[in-house]
Amino acid sequence: MKLIILDHYSQASEWAAKYIRNRIIQFNPGPDKYFTLGLPTGLPRDHPESYHSFMWNNFFKHIDIHPENTHILDGNAADLQAECDAFEEKIKAAGGIELFVGGIGPDGHIAFNEPGSSLVSRTRVKTLAMDTILANARFFDGDLAKVPTMALTVGVGTVMDAREVMILITGAHKAFALYKAIEEGVNHMWTVSAFQQHPRTVFVCDEDATLELKVKTVKYFKGLMLVHNKLVDPLYSIKEKEIEKSQSSKKPYSD
Amino acid sequence: MRGGQGAARAPVIQFTNCRILRGGALLREDLWVRGGRILDPEKLFFEERRVADEQRDCGGCILAPGFIDVQINGGFGVDFSQASEDVGSGVALVARRILSHGVTSFCPTLVTSPLEVYHKVLPQIPVKSGGPHGAGVLGVHLEGPFISREKRGAHPEAHLRSFEADAFQDVLATYGGLDNVRIVTLAPELGHSQEVIRALTALGICVSLGHSVADLGTAEEAVQSGATFITHLFNAMLPFHHRDPGIVGLLTSDRLPAGRHIFYGMIADGIHTNPAALRIAHRAHPKGLVLVTDAVPALGLGNGRHTLGQQEVEVDGLTAYVAGCSVESALEAASLHPAQLLGLEKRKGTLDFGADADFVVLDDSLHVRATYISGELVWQVEEARP
Repeated sequence: MKLIILDHYSQASEWAAKYIRNRIIQFNPGPDKYFTLGLPTGLPRDHPESYHSFMWNNFFKHIDIHPENTHILDGNAADLQAECDAFEEKIKAAGGIELFVGGIGPDGHIAFNEPGSSLVSRTRVKTLAMDTILANARFFDGDLAKVPTMALTVGVGTVMDAREVMILITGAHKAFALYKAIEEGVNHMWTVSAFQQHPRTVFVCDEDATLELKVKTVKYFKGLMLVHNKLVDPLYSIKEKEIEKSQSSKKPYSD
Repeated sequence: MRGGQGAARAPVIQFTNCRILRGGALLREDLWVRGGRILDPEKLFFEERRVADEQRDCGGCILAPGFIDVQINGGFGVDFSQASEDVGSGVALVARRILSHGVTSFCPTLVTSPLEVYHKVLPQIPVKSGGPHGAGVLGVHLEGPFISREKRGAHPEAHLRSFEADAFQDVLATYGGLDNVRIVTLAPELGHSQEVIRALTALGICVSLGHSVADLGTAEEAVQSGATFITHLFNAMLPFHHRDPGIVGLLTSDRLPAGRHIFYGMIADGIHTNPAALRIAHRAHPKGLVLVTDAVPALGLGNGRHTLGQQEVEVDGLTAYVAGCSVESALEAASLHPAQLLGLEKRKGTLDFGADADFVVLDDSLHVRATYISGELVWQVEEARP
């Protein structure tokens, strides 16, 4: 595991964004080689617009992705289990997830895999824990009665199949979950701990999220920041690589 | 072409790198247009699974709804109140020339005129959609002749009228019909005016109060009868007095019908109204401000003598003035508020999804760089050639 510790939420977000950018550039995607980004598409039923609006306003409208290359679990499908199975098939058809980016809940869950979820679970329908319902209330004007209690979610096993996993954890209220995730054993009560057994995981957090960790752990990983920051060094952008090929004059990518 | 079956196959244009006026704020958003209407890109993405057919970079400019001028007497040598044989060409010329000022819809205005003028001119100014040929005609604004003698301003005294006993019939006889009429300005202190206001309102015509010596009580009664607009606030009416604010008092009156507020036109050239007075009105009632030009035929021409209806006026110099309110407020006063006044706010004066794609591209000093009607470029600034 790489544990990346930044001072504040905004710096943690920026580091994560640069890392994802560099990963995409290094992967060198093309028309026949898609970079498949996985996001926790745990979809509460009955209000698909809220989730679609969230994804549109916060992500899709800012990039030039073609709608056909986006796959969101449909919580209103007639046969939910079939929808989940089809989603797993789509992931396989896309060649698997290259990088999965997610956060964790205060109860240590990844996507909607609540405490007690199998660590080898696949995409399926889950009943949500109260913690999660409270967290989701912001999508429904703070009205708890309106928040759905069921969700479609990728499984822990589904995420474990990704070639790389990045978890973003910020804020003091997540500190205990982070502690359980990385300093205690693998436990289905803290499902994100499953990634201790993944070959390539990156945890990106801010100072507040490390409040429950041993000083020793924090010092060790902070000491590695010099090395880890190389991962987000500016790389040539893909566009500039094309121009560079035709111009062949080296210019540093300005960040 | 707007809406309908063919719209789904029409090309989707995405205007990028711009700030759009939406919900009273300038947002860093793209504007999507299809089939002459503003399109919801989220629906396009998730339901139709389509991307834009064409992207246009707006160079960081502001995109605002096209301006709507509800009081314009002519321009570029054309006088709407002249009974010529070919009024249509005059209207068309003005409609085309105002595109460069960012106006996409307007109400040609006739000042107090003899009957013959109304009978000849009105049928020649039909309601018409805008396009590359010019701004859209929303209907005619009849300013007079049922106005106050003392406050006639530049209107000719000889042609002023008051209502006869059968007031509404008198109105019909004077104008020769109300087919293309959108707004009527009258003085509510005239006898029988309340029934006229009610009759006009029932026909869907916007009644405006102006050129009047009415006190606040009479003005409030007029609003209760259906009046919704004040013609060039402060000008041609009694000045604000603290014991009887007159028509100006409508801005803060508590005797207006529930849920309604009054709109008021202002000529923000710094001459018709002192900027401080303009600010007082704006601060008292920002949602009602409607910017109008009240332009005369001399607009766009040089100094000298020009006609305005039956009068002659001197033109000496040109002044423009910006109110000093926020950019968003000013833009809404020129687009959204006139649309609301005329009940058109679902289609005009807004960049909300489903509205007609009439908009202007402005630089940060609010100079018009391009004008679009129904999503089609109808005017753009000539770039300086090197």
